[in-house]
Amino acid sequence: MLTGLYALLFYVATLTLIGGVAYRIRLYWRTPAPLKIPTTPAPTTEAGVVFRLAREVVLFESLFKANKWIWVFGWIFHFALLIVLVRHLRYFISPVPDLLAMMQPFGVYAAFAMVAGLAGLWARRFVVPRVRYISAPSDHLMLALLMGIGLSGLAMKFVAHTDIVAVKAFFIGLMTFAWQPLPSDPILLVHLTLVALLMIIFPFSKLLHGVGLFFSPTRNQVDNPREKRHLAPWAAKLEAGGGSK
Amino acid sequence: MTEMSDFLIDEESKVPDPLEMPEITPGATEGLKPFQAKPQHQDALGFPGELIDNWQETAIDKMGELLGKYRSLQVYLDSCVKCGACTDKCQYFLGTGDPKNMPVARQDLLRSVYRRYFTFAGKYFPKLVGARDLTEDVLDEWYSYFHQCSQCRRCSVYCPYGIDTAEVSMAAREIMDTVGKGQKYCNEIIGKVYTIGNNLGLPKKAIESTLEGLEEELEEETGLKISMPVDKPGVEVLLITPSADLFAEPHIQGLMGYAKVFHEAGISWTLSSYASEAANFGMFIGSYENMREVSLRIRKAAQDLGVKRIIFGECGHAWRIAYSFLNTLAGPFDFLDPRYPVPQHICEFTYGLMNEGKLRFDKSKNDAYRLTYHDSCNVARASRMGDMPGGQFEIPRAILRATCNHFFDMAADTIKEATFCCGGGGGLLTDDLMEIRIKGAQPRMRALQQVQEEHGVTHMAAICAICKAQFSKVMPHYGFDMDSILSVHQMVANAIVMTGSIQEKELQEEQQKEKSDAGASEGQAA
Repeated sequence: MLTGLYALLFYVATLTLIGGVAYRIRLYWRTPAPLKIPTTPAPTTEAGVVFRLAREVVLFESLFKANKWIWVFGWIFHFALLIVLVRHLRYFISPVPDLLAMMQPFGVYAAFAMVAGLAGLWARRFVVPRVRYISAPSDHLMLALLMGIGLSGLAMKFVAHTDIVAVKAFFIGLMTFAWQPLPSDPILLVHLTLVALLMIIFPFSKLLHGVGLFFSPTRNQVDNPREKRHLAPWAAKLEAGGGSK
Repeated sequence: MTEMSDFLIDEESKVPDPLEMPEITPGATEGLKPFQAKPQHQDALGFPGELIDNWQETAIDKMGELLGKYRSLQVYLDSCVKCGACTDKCQYFLGTGDPKNMPVARQDLLRSVYRRYFTFAGKYFPKLVGARDLTEDVLDEWYSYFHQCSQCRRCSVYCPYGIDTAEVSMAAREIMDTVGKGQKYCNEIIGKVYTIGNNLGLPKKAIESTLEGLEEELEEETGLKISMPVDKPGVEVLLITPSADLFAEPHIQGLMGYAKVFHEAGISWTLSSYASEAANFGMFIGSYENMREVSLRIRKAAQDLGVKRIIFGECGHAWRIAYSFLNTLAGPFDFLDPRYPVPQHICEFTYGLMNEGKLRFDKSKNDAYRLTYHDSCNVARASRMGDMPGGQFEIPRAILRATCNHFFDMAADTIKEATFCCGGGGGLLTDDLMEIRIKGAQPRMRALQQVQEEHGVTHMAAICAICKAQFSKVMPHYGFDMDSILSVHQMVANAIVMTGSIQEKELQEEQQKEKSDAGASEGQAA
């Protein structure tokens, strides 16, 4: 019963996440950017744009220019989350590659860093009046959700161990459509429920910022408007229809 | 409106930090809004004359249309995480403390409505995600706060996703125009471009007589016949310059500078009476169609006059449109000389001549000025000059350094890509918005006060007609003379030593005298 419920939940969550993000990517892809609007100074070549986006993704360059506190907390949170996610690959790969096995302890440090980063970001929503002003209930809930995932994960490592061999069997089973029983530890169930919830919410929420960055015309356009004519399909139609508005 | 004395800076105190955080004051500029366009201004642009009956429905439809036409709008309304990076970046927030002037909060005025009508969360859980119905109050709020954004893009520099509030405020203004709630200043001006050819409504006769007067002035000053033609066919260059250059101070000094540079380079040029305007307020109201219509006039003028090149005079948002959009809106320009970029900025042109050694300057002619430079926002963050990214910062400075002995930059976090809007950009340069203009200028004025204190700076140069008009108006509120703002080509005009001019003769005589003095003293020593 429990296994079936969680199996269903994770199928739904995975489909929603993949389908939702794919829909969003398709929407962004198909929506034209009719004008050249890179925030300048901007790269004048495609390679330059790739480098600019890479700096944004890896270093959070613009955020660094903007505010060192948000940058510190945000960067720590995102990269800790990345390491934690990589660490969790061991539940989906069998046998576990050596490199993945070796980095497991770092994943644990990263979990603390992730929670610390989240705490910093959340504190700003209370402490900094400007940020308090712009925070909606959903902004707090999103942080609560991520915090819940981090803390419940840490609890399984340090407070109440769960049968991770069985958990792994459950997820491998999900992937091979040969279901295995899921342990019924409450902390594990909380952890998994929150993760599934996050996956479902992702494509409907501001978490889309991860996708949005790559489609942001101020960041992904080449600064070459004089050299190369840029024309959106709807603008070309307007042009073909004659000069007048 | 607040008493003017409120804006005066206490002369005893040390200059406060231009980026000093204001106290958050909700509603501080709530009531501020520009005059609304009259039916005739709206009609001329193809918008309804007054608020239509089914305005809500039409507005939501228009928002849907724009979401499908502009990737920027769709991505930016989805992507904001409310991190707060932009919250202290807008000069109108720094100057007023009104939290709705924080870029994210300004975007949220539109985003909240987007969420309500276009997203799952907003349709079913509006309170949770801060979604709202589009009511008359919301529309009024849009009208007020989207006319307190000068579309300067300072926020977009700092946003981790590059969200540009300008894109959002342009969309909001286009939606408002579509339902019949347009802004008088912008829409009336665009109408004048369609009927007369320029923002100021100067007919050809007025342009001609102004130019004749300037020619006489230049002849008197230099002893040279420097021509300033209009509608002269078959010349090399079509000069597209803001009509303020024909009319206002210090703009007109810049225009005389361009004329001198053209003359010295021996390159023929003309203005066009049909396209007698570089500015293009179609961008301010977010209207691709109107922006294109204005741009097509430039194409037509270039074709009719049979020129080989197009050069733009000193104007900020005009250069954004010229550099970034003109090729899109009115191109391709394959009928022009392919050896030159289309279009060129007058600073690129002058700088090129400088590098070729074709211009001589007597910097001492500008010794009365201790100068700084205001990077105009649209030039800084939405365009380029020359071949290298950042040329838009270096080229004007190179010109100023070549023409003036005393140049000092303002604080690093207030110039180049971090520059402020003058406070009057984006369709705000109207007397009915004077309070927000004065307050929005505060960060720039403080940065100027700093270099005044540290380096004795007396003047500030700019390459934007709006900056020049705005600063000459607001500078007195911050303890500067209204003529403390200069055109970059005004400095060029002062320093240039033209071949065969009175200035050249004077300089030669001076040098002769110095030589003979030196020779005499050498002789004595021997």
